[in-house]
Parts: sequence; structure tokens; C-alpha cells
Amino acid sequence: MKLHTFKIGGIHPEENKITAEVKTRNAALPKVAIFPLGQHIGAPAKPVVKRGDVVKVGTLIAEAGGFVSAPIYSSVSGTVAKIDTRIDATGYRKPVIIINVEGDEWEDSIDRSEKLESLAEHPELTPENISDIIKKSGITGMGGAGFPTFIKLCPPPTAKAECVIINGVECEPYITSDYRLMMEHAEEVIVGLQLLMKAAKVERGYIGIEENKPEAIKLLTQLTADDSRIEIVALAQKYPQGGEKQLVDAVINRQVPAPPAIPVNVGAIVQNVGTAYAVYQMVMKHKPLFERYTTVTGKKLKNPGNYLVRMGTTFAELIHACGGMPEGDNKVLAGGPMMGKSVMSLDVPVTKGTNSITILSGDEAHRKSVQPCIRCGKCVDVCPMGLEPYLLATLSANKLYERLEKEDVTSCMSCGSCQFTCPSHRPILDNILQGKGVVMGMIKARNVKK
Amino acid sequence: MGKLIVSLSPHAHGTDSVEKNMFGVVIALIPAILVSFFYFGLGSVVVLLSSVAFCMFFEWAITKYMLKREPTLTDGSAIVTGLLLGMNLPSNLPVWIIIIGALVAIGVGKMTFGGLGNNPFNPALVGRCVLLVSFPAQMTSWPMAGQLTSYLDAQTGATPLAIMKQAIKSGDVSILDKLPSATQLLLGSNPTLGLGTIGEVCALALLLGLAFLLWKKIITWHIPVSIIATVLVFSGLLHLVNPIYANPLSEILSGGLMLGAIFMATDYVTSPMTHKGQLIYGIAIGFLTVVIRNWGSYPEGMSFAILIMNAFTPIINLSTKPKRFGEVMKK
Ligand code: SF4
Ligand code: SF4
Repeated sequence: MKLHTFKIGGIHPEENKITAEVKTRNAALPKVAIFPLGQHIGAPAKPVVKRGDVVKVGTLIAEAGGFVSAPIYSSVSGTVAKIDTRIDATGYRKPVIIINVEGDEWEDSIDRSEKLESLAEHPELTPENISDIIKKSGITGMGGAGFPTFIKLCPPPTAKAECVIINGVECEPYITSDYRLMMEHAEEVIVGLQLLMKAAKVERGYIGIEENKPEAIKLLTQLTADDSRIEIVALAQKYPQGGEKQLVDAVINRQVPAPPAIPVNVGAIVQNVGTAYAVYQMVMKHKPLFERYTTVTGKKLKNPGNYLVRMGTTFAELIHACGGMPEGDNKVLAGGPMMGKSVMSLDVPVTKGTNSITILSGDEAHRKSVQPCIRCGKCVDVCPMGLEPYLLATLSANKLYERLEKEDVTSCMSCGSCQFTCPSHRPILDNILQGKGVVMGMIKARNVKK
Repeated sequence: MGKLIVSLSPHAHGTDSVEKNMFGVVIALIPAILVSFFYFGLGSVVVLLSSVAFCMFFEWAITKYMLKREPTLTDGSAIVTGLLLGMNLPSNLPVWIIIIGALVAIGVGKMTFGGLGNNPFNPALVGRCVLLVSFPAQMTSWPMAGQLTSYLDAQTGATPLAIMKQAIKSGDVSILDKLPSATQLLLGSNPTLGLGTIGEVCALALLLGLAFLLWKKIITWHIPVSIIATVLVFSGLLHLVNPIYANPLSEILSGGLMLGAIFMATDYVTSPMTHKGQLIYGIAIGFLTVVIRNWGSYPEGMSFAILIMNAFTPIINLSTKPKRFGEVMKK
């Protein structure tokens, strides 16, 4: 069988899926839960609680702060201790709501039963209805970028959605939270997809899964056998297949043009597995997004595993539950080794986008010494966006920003394939990101002037 | 608890390295080196060893004393340059000429431009071509096979390329009958003729090297295949039009064409970055090689063709951008 995949570039990092067969456990309740107000792209949420307020699990604590924004719900019961600022996983100080945890009391509206709800049992759910509920749920893309989900469901007037693609690729090394979710809650994920399809008014649904997860492919194929609208697409293993554009290319063979085009311009709405599950939870069980599947992993970690984590739990608590930090120097990542962010403190909380906490030991984490570019072109070969990374890096380093913009630096998706592959171990992406930042600033300034 | 290490993504790196690529090239050259010992004996050992040793010496001395930088011998690039220079020399070349060649290759070909990665021309070829124009007599006297012990007083003879050239000049097709058969060229057994440079004697050994380089993904097929195919087609057409031009199989199997196509033209630093660019570059080299061989003043065309195209590499890079994502469909 020929497996689908995206057409240009890509690499094969070592998989390291050491937690793939570790069943998901419930992480312990934190003592204090920290909720950053900016967990998504767009305006930060606005607090609706104040110091001293008593909240339950599922209580709204911050509302959307604009159109591109999402509300935040408490994952714990207790008292609001303060509204303050804290360093989050990105390393910046951001406003947060801090809640002292007392007991575990849930909002009554949440249906905590295990009973599977199917779409057929709920004829009252109209597309508008579902979109509305999703908007209220605070669900954002759960793979990292954190784009509010409901916005994708109402495409611009120039585009028409034709299908929903669920991203079950999980091409980052180490991370297994989506895989566990697919194995443990496949039915809910499928109902979630059906809900998304209904909300987007489309008749086609796909779930793209890489071939290194044959069990998940089998299970989901069986479970969707009676819904002819849904197809499970087995994909060849290649990073960064989880990138939206790469996934759309791999699954329906359509190429999303350069920004500002988005997947829906070629008819596709892409959502994460975790998002589909969260949609099910919210629409069918009235449970807003306040907990998520997170992998806590690392070769030196004593008990790596997959956890259902209340958001706001700090990395430190989860790592402690896995046997504590390994000896020596470590790099702790929010996310996987390719695109994850290394955190400066273990007191940062799990947020909507935290799919994994990956711990690399010092010798894995240290970069190799840099040599001159030998112009081998390997970075060009692997760039999934068809860019010339060596050139972008050089132009950035030489501050030639106008050229840099012409060379489409803004298309760089920060996948790191170029730097991964470079035999001279050059900090290609470091340079590109620096230059891209400046170019983005230039573009913004130009648009303001207009 | 130890420190928390903080840096930008990606946090993983592949296993590729400059050293791996350089030593991969060395390994790929082993069959050709062994064959050269068989055909040229001591001469090959002397030439290759001194070429490698002096290239390494000059690399070390120049970085340390003239550029005042950390010597960069460990990246393996000086060894590769030394080996490739040696492979492009006759096996009876006096050592003092080799020293000049090594100095030109490393000093002029590489270091004046800033060292590894910055040189526009292939250093080994710069060395060879400077020697070729400076010492034409020594550089074109080719020992014959079976010279296992002799080095400086080896018997010399004309190479297949020289015969081809002679045929074209004199217009006498029968001269071409002296050419070894394709099988002989492939294996390197052409005892009645001079054998050419150390590295060009056996096409098969070089093809083995190609297989290794492709297998280890050190190079892609684009440059060697486009060169070889172009020479095959172009010289094939000439041969059809006028049999005075040698048959295309002899063209691709002799005169260091394989050595150039597989090991010299594929030099990362001096060849284009994109596959499209590499194809253009390869086709141009193939074309120029045939032109120079048939109508130029040297029987050999490969080295000059590569050097000429090295000069065009930056322009090729500028004009052959990879297809951006999203443009893939609109051809
Ligand atoms: S990080 Fe950017 S430039 Fe590098 S491979 Fe990915 S998209 Fe291309
Ligand atoms: S992969 Fe590294 S050495 Fe090769 S061209 Fe790109 S930057 Fe240069």
C-alpha cells in the first residue's frame, strides 16, 4: 500500500515514543493552580473573578478578551488567591489567575458519567448551536499554536469548507498524548469529529495518522466503518507532517498557498485529536476545556507516562510524580524536541497547548560545535516550505531584511528541519527567527501606515 | 538538581556531520585507490601519500601561522582535497611538483577565500589545472600498466583521450581502433596504452564509490547522472553524425569522466544547492567536457569544464529557487 504524505522536504528524527504503551493516569490535584490569561493566539482573556472568590471545577474565571480569544475555566475548586503575573512556558511574564485548591467540587452542570453520547441521540444540535457551544468552551487548537477553535468553523466569505481533517499525526518525537487519547477515547474523538463536521456543514471527515501507530489506525478504521463520510488516512512517517499545511497536502493532496491563505482556502478545516475530544466533552457532557492529555517523558526520567492533567498544574508537580528530575543538567521542554520551548523554571503551568513535557539530559541537550556552512544544500532539501534555509540564515545574520522578506522568510514554520539536518550544526533556525521577527515588524509597520 | 538548559528549538539534531561526509568520500574512494595500487604500484602510493600529507600540512600551517585560527584538520576536508588532487595526477609525477600542487590547492584554492565553505572553485581542481598549465610535460606523461615497482622511470604512453583527439585532428577513423574496448575501460585493463591519472584508470571502481555515496546519502544522483547522461547523448550524436568522434561509451568510461562526475563536480561547496540547479550544472559540465575534449587544445575536458561551471554556481543558485510550498501544483 502506498502511504500518503506531503510532497516536499521533511526529515526522520529518532522516534523515542517511550510512553506509547503507558496507560493514561490521572495526575494528582495541584495545591495551587496557575491560569495564564494568554493561552491562545489573540487577545488575552479578561478575568471575571477577583481575589477571595470561591470557584468550582468548571467555573468560568476569565472571558474572551476579543474576537480572536478564548475564555478560561477553572480546573480546580478553591479560592482565588490573587491575580498576578508569572513567567510562563514562553519565558515571558504574563498575567495569571492563581487559585488555592480546596477539595474537588465540580459544577453541577457537568455530566461526569462515562456514558457515550452519539450525535444521533441529539437532533436538537444545529450547526450554529454547536459552534456557539464550542466558542463558549474555551477550546483552542491543542497542538501548541492555540488558535481558538470556533474561528476555524466560521471561514471567511471567500472560502468554503469542504472537509474536516483531524490531526492524529503526532510526528514530534517522544510525545504520545494524542496516541493515548485515540486508543483510550476513540469513540469520543469520532463523535467530536462528527460534531465538528456538522458545525462546519461539511460531509467529509478525515483522520490522518502516521503508520507508526498501526493500532490506532486499526481501531479508528473499525469504529468509523459505519460512517461512510469519514476516512482514516494512513500516512508515511515524516516530520513535520503535523504541520497544518503539510497535513492537508498529505491527506487531500491540496496545497495551501503562502500566507495569508489558510487551510480553509483549499477547503480544509484542521483540528487536533485533543480538540475533537474536547469538543465532544463540551457539547455532549457540558464540560469546558480545563484538563488535557499530556505526556511527561524523557530517557532519564524514572517513570515517564501519560497524564490527564488539570490545567494550572505546574511542571514541577508532574515531574515529581514521574520520579523527579534526573541527575545533572537537564533541558525541560513544553512540547517535543523539534518545536518545544525550553522553560526557564519548573513552576510554569500546564496550559491548553501543553501536549508534552519532555526532559532532555544535558548531553542530549547540548548543541554540537558549529562549523562553516559547506553549502551542501541539505537544508534546502528538507525544508517542507520550499525555502532556502542557509540563505535565510545568512541574510538574517547580515541584517539584509529587505532581501530576507523577498526570500519568503515569513513562510518559515519554525519546524527546525533545516537545523536538525545541517551537518555543520549551524544555528539556522535561531538566525531565521531573529530575522523573521524583524521582517514581521516591518510588514506590520507598513500596514499601519497604509 | 543541576542547571536548566535553555535554548531555542529544535532541541534534537540528526547524526549528520561534516566529518561523516568527508570520511564518506574517503571511503568511497577506497576501491579506486586499491585499483590504482594494482596498476601503478609504488608511484600511486608516493603520489597519493605526498599529496594528502602536503595538503594537510599546508592547511595546518596556513590556518595556524597565517590566519592565526584554530587549525581545522579534523573536519577531514584537507584529506579529501589531498586525495582528490592525488587522484588527478599522473603516478610518475615528481614530489616537488606535487608539493606545489598541494600549496596551490589549499593556499590559493581554499584559504585565500576564507577556508572551508567559502571557496568558489574546487581546490583540488585548482591545484591540478595550475599544474597542468605550468608543467604540461610532466603532467601529461602517462605511465603504462604493470609498473608495480618503477616510479620515476616508468614507461609512458598515450591515453585513450589522446587517441580520440588524434583521430579528430587527423580525420583518420582507423586511429580509433587503438581504443580499448568498453569492458577494458570499465575494468581498467588497457595494457597497450598509458593509463592516465591515478584515479581515472578503472571506471568500475569509481562507480562502486558512487553507489556508496548514494547509499549513504552523501550525494544525490543529480550531478553525476546528468553529467554522464549528457556526455553519452552529446558524444553519441556526434558519433552518429561522424564516426571520427569516438563512440559514446568510450567517452564516458575514459579520461577521468567518472572521477570528475562522481567526486569532483559533486563537491558541496562549489556546486549548486537545489536539485534543479544541480541538473543544469551537470548538463553544462557534460556539454563543456565534450566540447573541450573534441575541439579544445587539451585532450582532457572534465577538469576545465567543472572549474568553468564552478564559476557559474552562484548564478545558478540565484536563478533556480526551490518551489515554495503552495506553488507545487502550479508548474
Ligand atoms: S524551520 Fe523554516 S526554514 Fe527551516 S526547514 Fe522549517 S520551514 Fe524551512
Ligand atoms: S545544511 Fe548546513 S552546511 Fe548544508 S547548506 Fe544548509 S546551512 Fe550549509
